[in-house]
Amino acid sequence: MTSLAERASRTGQFLWSGWSGLAGLSVFAAVWQVAHEAYGSFILPSPLETLTAAQTLLGDVSAWQLLLTTSSRALSGFALAGVIGTVAGCIAGFHPAILRLVQPQITLMLGVPPIAWIVLLMIWFGTGSATVTMTAAVACLPIVFLGAAEGIASRDRLLDDMALSLGMGQVRRFVRIIVPQMLNRLFPILVMALGTAFKAAVMAELLANAGGIGEALAVSRSNLDVANALAWILLSVSALLAVEYGLIQPTRSELEAWRHAARPWGVKR
Amino acid sequence: MNALNLTDIGHAFLGRTVLDRITLDIGEGELVALVGPSGCGKSTLLHIAAGLIDPRQGRINRSYARHAVVFQEPRLLPWATARKNIGMALPEGLSSRNRHSRILAAATAAALEEDDLDKYPVQLSGGMKQRTAIARALASEADFLFFDEPFTALDPALRRHMQDIVIRHAGNGKRSGLFITHDMAEAVRTAHRIVVLDRRGNGILGERYIPLRPVERDDRMIFETVQHFMKADPLFAHVEELDERRSA
Repeated sequence: MTSLAERASRTGQFLWSGWSGLAGLSVFAAVWQVAHEAYGSFILPSPLETLTAAQTLLGDVSAWQLLLTTSSRALSGFALAGVIGTVAGCIAGFHPAILRLVQPQITLMLGVPPIAWIVLLMIWFGTGSATVTMTAAVACLPIVFLGAAEGIASRDRLLDDMALSLGMGQVRRFVRIIVPQMLNRLFPILVMALGTAFKAAVMAELLANAGGIGEALAVSRSNLDVANALAWILLSVSALLAVEYGLIQPTRSELEAWRHAARPWGVKR
Repeated sequence: MNALNLTDIGHAFLGRTVLDRITLDIGEGELVALVGPSGCGKSTLLHIAAGLIDPRQGRINRSYARHAVVFQEPRLLPWATARKNIGMALPEGLSSRNRHSRILAAATAAALEEDDLDKYPVQLSGGMKQRTAIARALASEADFLFFDEPFTALDPALRRHMQDIVIRHAGNGKRSGLFITHDMAEAVRTAHRIVVLDRRGNGILGERYIPLRPVERDDRMIFETVQHFMKADPLFAHVEELDERRSA
């Protein structure tokens, strides 16, 4: 058990690291401002204008509804792909023959453009939540699968032998020795997959006219309302960041406290 | 009554025989050092005896309750503290107090300090990692310990210290053990009996009992015994030969 003080210090460090994130975002905003001053408000509204537009949007309950719709679709797609991809990846990781058979199909899945998936899924599922969720799932399934399979296949077999020599049973070996090694590989990939899920969901909504942020973006486009479009982009990115830093990163740092210990003093986070 | 009987063990990797007709008995409370030139199949034999590899032929008869292996590398879980690494060897259903005291006892036996128990393997030095691995083996309360060249990577002073730990916990009749090494001084220092494996893995060449109990031996006696073995005893003529099976 990690002590309470240690946990508090870790949380403190995590929150404190927000400053560096804020500094990075400020640099981005400065470049944005420069571009805005060069091209004018119509082409690129200033960061401040965008923030105001976003604030106005958030004053409206329906905007929250849209954000929630898109986020829940993206998250359920991500969860679906996460569960199926991890389980299938684990099986393939243990059986190289299966991995070899599945690899071309993964390449195939990665090669099909997302737009094509959306068209197919629209035909199969209509223009509703299901299409959006499935698009998000299809977009992140292959990378999650590969991450899990690689994580299992590249495990340290010396540790397996060690556990076997201590008389550990098969289930215990899997849970205590193999899963942590797999997660180690899988987590960075889950972060990537989550971003992909959000992008795919917004795109599917836009093309399928299925509500959510995508549809709001389509409306802004037809009104040539650049400030509003940027505001929606800002909000969808914020939703992604909220999920990543509220859910995935804390879980990761909980599981990888040892990595933190390995870093030399002064470069923690 | 023997703790471990290996009868007629043979093994092959990809059709090439590495071990053939090996018969070895280890008595209760006896620590046997197995020596032989590099690549003669010592480690394979140990892995077979410890149940990590199934032999092609032969019988293994174990009359002890539990065994544990100390490998050449520490093989610690990088994501777990030293405490959890040692605790891995304990059975699941222990109370946390019982668990704590058993981990602490094993750590003390391996000369680990309590402060170090909450560190991760990356924060430990090489010697401390290997001591954690020994503590893990001791925590399992195994009555048979396998050592697979465990101290090769350590410097001489540390190696001596580790050997003392082995002598204290395995060489004094409490537990039986099989110790693989190609350092003759290490073998003479820790073991009751030295067994020499043929350089092609074709059976056991012979064995020598070492006088006195391991705790009673002093440096002078160890030095002289090693000198005698290496210079005057034909059994050890090939032990320091370097043959990584390139010619085979």
